[in-house]
Amino acid sequence: MVAVQSRLDRLVRPTFGRHLLFALGAAVVLLLLSSQIGAYDDYNLTAVAIFAVAAAGLNLLTGLNGQLSLGHGALMAIGAYTASLLLKDHHQFPVIVVLLAAVLSTGVIGIGFGYAAARLRGPYLAGATLTLAVAIPLPQVATRYKSIFGGESGLTVAPSSPPDWLGADFPPERWLAWIAFAAAIVTMVLLANLLRGAPGRAFKAVRDNEAAAALAGINVARTQVLAFVVSAACAGLAGALLAYWTGVTAPAGFTLALSLQLITAIVIGGLGSLAGAVWGSLVLVFVPLLTSGMASRLSLPSSVADNLPLAIYGGILVIAMLVAPHGIQGALRRILAYGRARWGNTPGGGQKGVVDWDDPAPDT
Amino acid sequence: MSRFFVLTLNGVTQGAIYAAMALALVMIWRATKVINFAQGAMAMFTTYLAVFAIEHGTPYWVGFLVALVSGLLLGAIVERVIVRPVESAPALNVVILTLGLLLFLEALAPMAFGGQIRSFPPAFSIVGLRLGTSQVPFSPFDLFTFGSVVAVMLLLLVLFQKTDLGLRMRASAFNPEVSRLLGIRVGRMLTLGWALASLVGALAGVLIAPSLLLYPTFMDDVLVFGFTGAVLGGLDSAVGAVVGGLLMGFALTYVGGYFGSDLETVGALVILIAVLMVRPSGLFSVQRVRQV
Repeated sequence: MVAVQSRLDRLVRPTFGRHLLFALGAAVVLLLLSSQIGAYDDYNLTAVAIFAVAAAGLNLLTGLNGQLSLGHGALMAIGAYTASLLLKDHHQFPVIVVLLAAVLSTGVIGIGFGYAAARLRGPYLAGATLTLAVAIPLPQVATRYKSIFGGESGLTVAPSSPPDWLGADFPPERWLAWIAFAAAIVTMVLLANLLRGAPGRAFKAVRDNEAAAALAGINVARTQVLAFVVSAACAGLAGALLAYWTGVTAPAGFTLALSLQLITAIVIGGLGSLAGAVWGSLVLVFVPLLTSGMASRLSLPSSVADNLPLAIYGGILVIAMLVAPHGIQGALRRILAYGRARWGNTPGGGQKGVVDWDDPAPDT
Repeated sequence: MSRFFVLTLNGVTQGAIYAAMALALVMIWRATKVINFAQGAMAMFTTYLAVFAIEHGTPYWVGFLVALVSGLLLGAIVERVIVRPVESAPALNVVILTLGLLLFLEALAPMAFGGQIRSFPPAFSIVGLRLGTSQVPFSPFDLFTFGSVVAVMLLLLVLFQKTDLGLRMRASAFNPEVSRLLGIRVGRMLTLGWALASLVGALAGVLIAPSLLLYPTFMDDVLVFGFTGAVLGGLDSAVGAVVGGLLMGFALTYVGGYFGSDLETVGALVILIAVLMVRPSGLFSVQRVRQV
């Protein structure tokens, strides 16, 4: 009895249980929130959840495993096209099947990319994934096989209609928001568990010092491939959700700028932090809303209004690297640490009133 | 005239431009161990400045000069203002920084110059030269492109090999600490290195703009081809970069000519992956392969 109790304790209390509790809390808050706000806000929150999934995956790869990928926009395209092809010709696959298919297809492709990426370091890896992002000849392939991929105008995606038990007048935006929230929460819980366990420690060890990791018995290449596959699967899931969200999957939606926006999200939020991915996604969704509102009030020309968000992201990336490389989550952590140190209740000991500003932010 | 001959002549011109891009990347890599992913965007921006000048009534050559001088200044500013402070930061941060600059410039250009796609005038006729009775598919502008890239490379070669300044620049890149002890103003040398590299990139932009159209992302492909050329050459070698860039020019025109021009970028991807898999440090690099 005691043994069972302690085993239960060990299972539930430290991490998995905490993550589940956190997820339940988030789910309740999001459900309440989404039924209070209008369809337009639901629509925007859906985008936050979608970007959060992709950014969390990218952050695992880049922030925690040290592999920079500029090709995640292309991986999202693979997920989106998988979903769109399944839903073509009015096939009524359930949402969960479509999403899992997208995860599976990008995961499999991620294995291939992962093996190539595991052999590359630093600038070579960045350059190779940049080539991937630019070279995936999406418009050309889509045009050449127009009957399959629908050419430049892409494939339209039938929305997933809410189930009957929710009532006839349940807004479809809220239904899609729920799907995206569920996907995001499940992704976050799974990733959080992965990162708390041995794989997460292996990711960080490989990032920090490959030779030391190898000496400690970690298979460096396999760890890197695993990180790439998990990350690609997240991108695929996000791509499939994006297909539902936009209602159309076209080559123009998956440019290099998309990949760079995901990098912006993880840098703003905080490299290596899952919570940071959420912060970053909030920024990605709400900055364009703010700037378009501002542009219409100032009646700026469309060439300015359309590009203002990207200019801001670019500026943020540069400034963040100069002054705040740990992002929002890093800043929050520092404020918390400062508060703890300043006003006493330091959990892990530590000198009162002294903050180690140079301490690299712990991960997760 | 055989198709192969035509493609080869095209390859020389394209290759010269990719070689310039590759050389710009390698110069910056050697000076500061940074891959400047914003190189293409910087060249795009200076090309926009050139077209802006030309559209406001200045002759072509003034626009050409505007591009080169603004390239020089932009490179110096970028190094001094945003790259210098992250000198000792992790490599990942610096890469992200240059990506941010890429995103920023590609958004700034349409904001400043308007979003419409433009054409860019060539300096000389783009009609093929006549040799006797037959027309060669090599125009005066192609000749100018190839010639100006070669001229710039020769000037750089003289600068780096024959002058005191070039020696100081090489020393700063090779060992900043010792150079500093010897009284070299290492910071200035790095700024100068970035400025010169950016000038070479700007040259590539002005030269390729007439055959592509001018839009904010028009240099993305050129950057990728130049990067692939630089990797072919081993990233560390200026000669390797030029050879790699020329090889890319030939390879891509053959791919485009025989398999369809929409496959050029895929060709670059295949070449890059193949080289990185077989010889991760490039064809011409003498550095030892990294060991784990």
